[in-house]
Amino acid sequence: MLTVRGISRSFGDHRVLDEVSFDVKPGRMTGFLGANGSGKTTTMRIVLGVLAAHGGTVSWQGEPVTPQRRPHFGYMPEERGLYPKMKVREQITWLGRLHGVDRTVAERNTDQLLEDLELTGRANDRLEQLSLGNQQRVQIAAALVHDPDVLILDEPFSGLDPIAVETVLDVLRKRAANGVPVLFSSHQLAIVERLCDDVVIISKGRIAANGSREELRQNHAGTRYEIVVAEDAGWVRDVPGATILELDGPRAVFEAEPQRVLAEAVKRGEVRSFTPVVPTLDEIFKEVI
Amino acid sequence: MARASFSQATWLVAEREMKTFVTTKGFWIGFVATIVGLFALTVLPTVFGDDDPKVAAVGSAVQVVQGKALDVREVADVQAASELVRADEVEAAIVPDGSGIKVIALNDPPNDVIRQLVASPPVELLDASAVNSGQRFVTVLVFGLVFLMFGMGGAAIAQSTVTEKQTRIVEILVSTVPVRALLAGKILGHTILTLGQVVVLALAAPIALRVAGLGELLAVVVPALGWFVPFLMLGFVLISSMWAVAGALVSRQEDLGSTMGLVMLAVMGPYFGVQFFFDNAAVLAVMSYVPFTAGVAMPVRMFAQQAQPWEALLSLGILAATVVAILLVASRLYTGSLLQTGARVKLSRAWAPAE
Repeated sequence: MLTVRGISRSFGDHRVLDEVSFDVKPGRMTGFLGANGSGKTTTMRIVLGVLAAHGGTVSWQGEPVTPQRRPHFGYMPEERGLYPKMKVREQITWLGRLHGVDRTVAERNTDQLLEDLELTGRANDRLEQLSLGNQQRVQIAAALVHDPDVLILDEPFSGLDPIAVETVLDVLRKRAANGVPVLFSSHQLAIVERLCDDVVIISKGRIAANGSREELRQNHAGTRYEIVVAEDAGWVRDVPGATILELDGPRAVFEAEPQRVLAEAVKRGEVRSFTPVVPTLDEIFKEVI
Repeated sequence: MARASFSQATWLVAEREMKTFVTTKGFWIGFVATIVGLFALTVLPTVFGDDDPKVAAVGSAVQVVQGKALDVREVADVQAASELVRADEVEAAIVPDGSGIKVIALNDPPNDVIRQLVASPPVELLDASAVNSGQRFVTVLVFGLVFLMFGMGGAAIAQSTVTEKQTRIVEILVSTVPVRALLAGKILGHTILTLGQVVVLALAAPIALRVAGLGELLAVVVPALGWFVPFLMLGFVLISSMWAVAGALVSRQEDLGSTMGLVMLAVMGPYFGVQFFFDNAAVLAVMSYVPFTAGVAMPVRMFAQQAQPWEALLSLGILAATVVAILLVASRLYTGSLLQTGARVKLSRAWAPAE
């Protein structure tokens, strides 16, 4: 498990991170959400040792992360970059070896990744000859070639078309399924919602919400319910203490003591559905930041 | 999976630098141009330079010029000879003048012709210099040019550093291997490349000299070459560490010009210094101990047999110590500026301890 505890960082007088703490658990995809400038990239850079923290610790399996440990991390920086003039396969293999992997293993991993990411045909092209989307896939391969213990990916899906998103997603899920903790930032909330197991929301350098996706949704669910009945549902507003938020013929969304409404509905006739309304990540995000 | 050791990481970086550089067209164009230039410099003067001066001779003057190193053309009278001079077909005309002869030329006295016609007194050299000043001039020129060329070639290090900063791959590199390994790898890679080129040039130089019929010069050049190579290599390391810092201080290729100036000065200053003062033994002696100029000045002094081997060793020692010092400074500046993006990084900021 990757543990971030109380990290702070300032640039001049501007405090960018303030006591940020969260965990990235093995085998789970953790989405890291926040508005622009909220501190996501700074946090990731600190985890990777590219930037020094002004306080707090980053540990892996209970031990503080050292420069000797970091080559076992896989990192995809926000500002993409590989050598433009180097050939794709050569470049990925080289990066693998730089991370300490034997040449043969690095080559094998590279070939496998290129296949998984549907880049085999471009293996001997220079990076600059590829489209931006394909360069992005190469960047993913660069982060994975050394079979990292942890994956830290800054906006891995930005710039990818929906099909590429699926391809990359498959590759990442496979890693997570093998027990690798994956931390990725994104501002595409729909993707995060669908993909992540855990969510960390950062706002103005502080952690605003943190937990498993389901937990977060339940916690922010409040007392909102949706009911669908056979006839018009307008009667709900007459139930004492109930407030209708949406009314659309037989469907109503309301806030109230649920059992009372349900009892009333059953008395009146058929109840087709009755569910607590769980907020989307989007709604939680807007609520907490 | 083990972490790549410092030396492994350094070597991987060096290997990539070499591969990348060797596959660029500029590298080969420069290299081939150098070899061609070397041959041209040694061979061409013998092909074109040593033709005997052309003269026209009239009447009894013909006997005077016979047997001299002159290309003689006999003409009928003085007027015909003068016309040839005017038409620039001959350098001078030699015509009878009373009991002796007279030389007719166009604008200036034709010294090379006159020298052939006067009896020069015998010369005894008490301490004959092994090489004449012409040969020394050529050596200074060649050593200087080679040094200048490779010194400037080090700019590739600055460019490769900026590429890494500009593409931001530097973030991946820095999170993977120590910054010092990046710096060491770059310098090592380019030093090996330079060494390889120097070896080829050093092998080609004797061939060029033989082709030029300057075989006797070989015996003098080879030992000087033996001194030049270590000086050149250490000098290259010195300069390349400065190039690396020049690259690390900026974030975009376009800004590179602003930091390269100082390094260019460090490369070109010594070059011109040695070219201007190669005839001034005192200045040359001082320059042969200054690390930046020693690379050319000391081998030239060795070539001219003005310096003892211990002097060269001492100068080499000073150079090596300077290289170590500059490497330490460069490595700190490199580390301090590599991850700073945006505007050009001030040296003081690069030097400051990491926040």
